[in-house]
Amino acid sequence: MASEFRRGFTALLPVAASVAVYGSVLGVLAAQKGLDWLDILYMDLAVFAGSAQFVMVEMWGERLPVLEMAAAVLVINLRYLLVGASLAPLFQGQPLWRKLGVIHLVADENWAVTMAEMRRGRGTVMFLLGGGVCLIGIWTLGTVVGVLGGSLIAHPEEYALDFAFTAVFTALTVGLWRGKRDCLPWLVAAVLAVLAERWLPGKWYIVIGGIGGAIAAMLQPESTQEAAHATSR
Amino acid sequence: MQPAAELDIFLAIALAALATYGLRAGGLLLAERLPKTGRLRRGMDALPGALLLSLVVPSIANAGPWGMLAAGVTALVAWRSRNMLAAMLLGMIVVLAQRQLGL
Repeated sequence: MASEFRRGFTALLPVAASVAVYGSVLGVLAAQKGLDWLDILYMDLAVFAGSAQFVMVEMWGERLPVLEMAAAVLVINLRYLLVGASLAPLFQGQPLWRKLGVIHLVADENWAVTMAEMRRGRGTVMFLLGGGVCLIGIWTLGTVVGVLGGSLIAHPEEYALDFAFTAVFTALTVGLWRGKRDCLPWLVAAVLAVLAERWLPGKWYIVIGGIGGAIAAMLQPESTQEAAHATSR
Repeated sequence: MQPAAELDIFLAIALAALATYGLRAGGLLLAERLPKTGRLRRGMDALPGALLLSLVVPSIANAGPWGMLAAGVTALVAWRSRNMLAAMLLGMIVVLAQRQLGL
């Protein structure tokens, strides 16, 4: 069991550097928004989800939009519902406490590596856990170093740091493009977001655009490609 | 900027953590009951992309012509290379260059 943990841990080391750098970017941005290292450490350990944490820090301010933030995090992390479901075969026969404990440490990277192991017939819960521990350690280290370094930067706008959020989210969004079937949902989302941002207070435009886009995807006729995929299952 | 109130910080992160944990654990425990196809599933699959887009489009629109150019560079690099950090840094370099050179 210990060897499975170690195997999972080392399987994640190749992505360690990029996770650490990504984390330190979050830390630098968090420092500009007034979070200290304890705040970000608490967030790392409790939430442990990269893009959602970027969204939270982006929405951060003197007055925290607590409910908007929770709604946005819920929507952005919806994929974890499917990630969790995909791991059900791995956890088959495990006691509930272990399911409830280990599932918290599932992030995209160790999930992907564990799924690859499962396809080869040798994934284990301890392998998944080892990867999760590796990731949360590096993630925490990266963000805390970023906050401590970032708080030393006096004029962030001189280094275009205020644009960093826009850049991060632009890159993240492009990564989620799934091809032609996203045209309509994305158009609806963009238009709703721009209108809501102009006319409504707070950060609700993020959730409104997101849900509007999803409704557009639901109303859209099922593409032939998708239908073929569904019947082949 | 004034730091946010301690209680608000605690609450905001706790709620976000609860939402995230609920999704992870809920997915694992309810695996059999989640829709695998159909309208609801299509909506769920489209949500994260639509949300991130909604977050970023107004800020691009408010960033002016140079911000739009920089976002375009970021998007192009992210699309072609799949390298998020490189995409982000190149976009920031465009804004940095504009500010340093006073364009």
